Amino acid sequence: MQLLLQQVMAGLANGAIYAGMALAVVMIFLAIDHLNFAQGEMATFSAYVAWQLLAWGTPYWVAFVVVVIVSFIGGVAIERILFKPLHHASIFANLVAFFALFSILNSADGYLWDYTIKTFPSPFGTKPLFGSVLIDAHEAGMIVVTAVLLGLLYLFFRGTRLGLAMRAAAANPESARLVGIRVGWMTALGWGIAAAIGAVAGMLIAPVVFLDPNMMFGVLLYGFAGAVLGGLTSPGGAVLGGFAVGIIENLAGTFIPYFGRDLKLTIALLVIVAVLMVRPAGIFGRSVVSRV
Amino acid sequence: MMLEVNGLEAFYGEQQALFGIGFGLDEGRVRTLLGANGAGKTTVLRALCGMIRTGGDIRFEGKCIAGWATEDIVRLGVAHVPDGRGTFLRVTVEENLQLGAITRRDRVGIAADIEQIYHHFPRLKERRTQQAGLLSGGEQQMLAVGRALMLRPRLMLLDEPSFGLAPLIVEELFAILRQVNRDTGVAMLIVEQNAALALELAEHAYLLETGRIVMDGPSEAIGADEGVRRAYLGY
Repeated sequence: MQLLLQQVMAGLANGAIYAGMALAVVMIFLAIDHLNFAQGEMATFSAYVAWQLLAWGTPYWVAFVVVVIVSFIGGVAIERILFKPLHHASIFANLVAFFALFSILNSADGYLWDYTIKTFPSPFGTKPLFGSVLIDAHEAGMIVVTAVLLGLLYLFFRGTRLGLAMRAAAANPESARLVGIRVGWMTALGWGIAAAIGAVAGMLIAPVVFLDPNMMFGVLLYGFAGAVLGGLTSPGGAVLGGFAVGIIENLAGTFIPYFGRDLKLTIALLVIVAVLMVRPAGIFGRSVVSRV
Repeated sequence: MMLEVNGLEAFYGEQQALFGIGFGLDEGRVRTLLGANGAGKTTVLRALCGMIRTGGDIRFEGKCIAGWATEDIVRLGVAHVPDGRGTFLRVTVEENLQLGAITRRDRVGIAADIEQIYHHFPRLKERRTQQAGLLSGGEQQMLAVGRALMLRPRLMLLDEPSFGLAPLIVEELFAILRQVNRDTGVAMLIVEQNAALALELAEHAYLLETGRIVMDGPSEAIGADEGVRRAYLGY
């Protein structure tokens, strides 16, 4: 029983990161109808910037805030420079752009900070939380920081005019233009927020998986799994999906004998396939009907 | 003149849909575009809002707006009630109205205008917290008109406001349009299949056929024309 609870808590901690990545992916998907394969590399790059700031002696939370802001600006810039011109281009042109972004960021990480694996500090430490055997301080910190982030995003999208405008632009761009919303800038803003979410996820997972240029590769796959599980058109669903994948992954790794631990990723991908077979739009997603 | 259109052409891809359309609209006036299905009425409204590729000259309050982005034209005070109503289905009725005023900054004025819309359309007030997608067709049309009014527009472009509505609701809607025109002095350009109704509200009518204006004149004259009556009024 204790092992089960332990694994569920660890799953929630990892799930928080997957939820963040899933949400970032869904935000961009809602705005431009494409999956951002480079979301993980963007997060890794942000984590490297944080590592550099920390190496220069910046206090952790100052570095944290600076990196979130820089990542936001970087996300906006990527949309304006790379993806805005591809707005009407084919899906293949967009795919190539995503892979280009992926390679550029991945190589930049290696070039600037070399490929050796680096440790990344946790602001919470790794001692057991209040002497509990269930969860350590960093795991608890991952859950809390993600929860705060998700809460802030919820308030932003539900409670502010800008959030409302962003939702309208994503749901119905033509009508949004007809009320004067600058849809292109809403898309750029979505990229900025997605990049900022990714930065938080990257900084939180780096102490666990260690910093290297391919750090987020597996994490993003779990994030995709979460997003697909919850529904690519449902931000709330993607978050729940991310947490669910985190728990499934941990339980499978622990309780499936012999190959469970080695095939955690496989099991996560099997979940995607299984869900897609039963509910192609995901658990909370809507199937999109388009007029042709 | 508030709106002056000369030699307007419009294209869907390579396909030309409008061929040298010219018309105008004075401040506070109501005019209508009549014509059969496919004549290009909707296209004219879409062209005015920069929603498709156009050629020719469009002047709004002295500014040449041809080629402008839709959102910039809207910000000049041009409110378009599109065919299909353009409702934001997944947000509430009240959020739809707030979206109509998204370019405005005056919180107090916005709140007052929402109350004014509810005064015109009490049914929207009853449903203010419901998802707009759950409204009936008539309620959605009222919401579309309400959303357009939230811009405090100088010019309203209305695309088939009567489409798919029960006759009683249509009458109610047109009465409100007339009242809004009188109260706020907003100019209106109405595209309608229901020619009788449109001729009643508008003072001047243009008749469109395959992307060209083939006849225009005061509403009474157009309504009295034998050919128009047969083709569009059905008596």
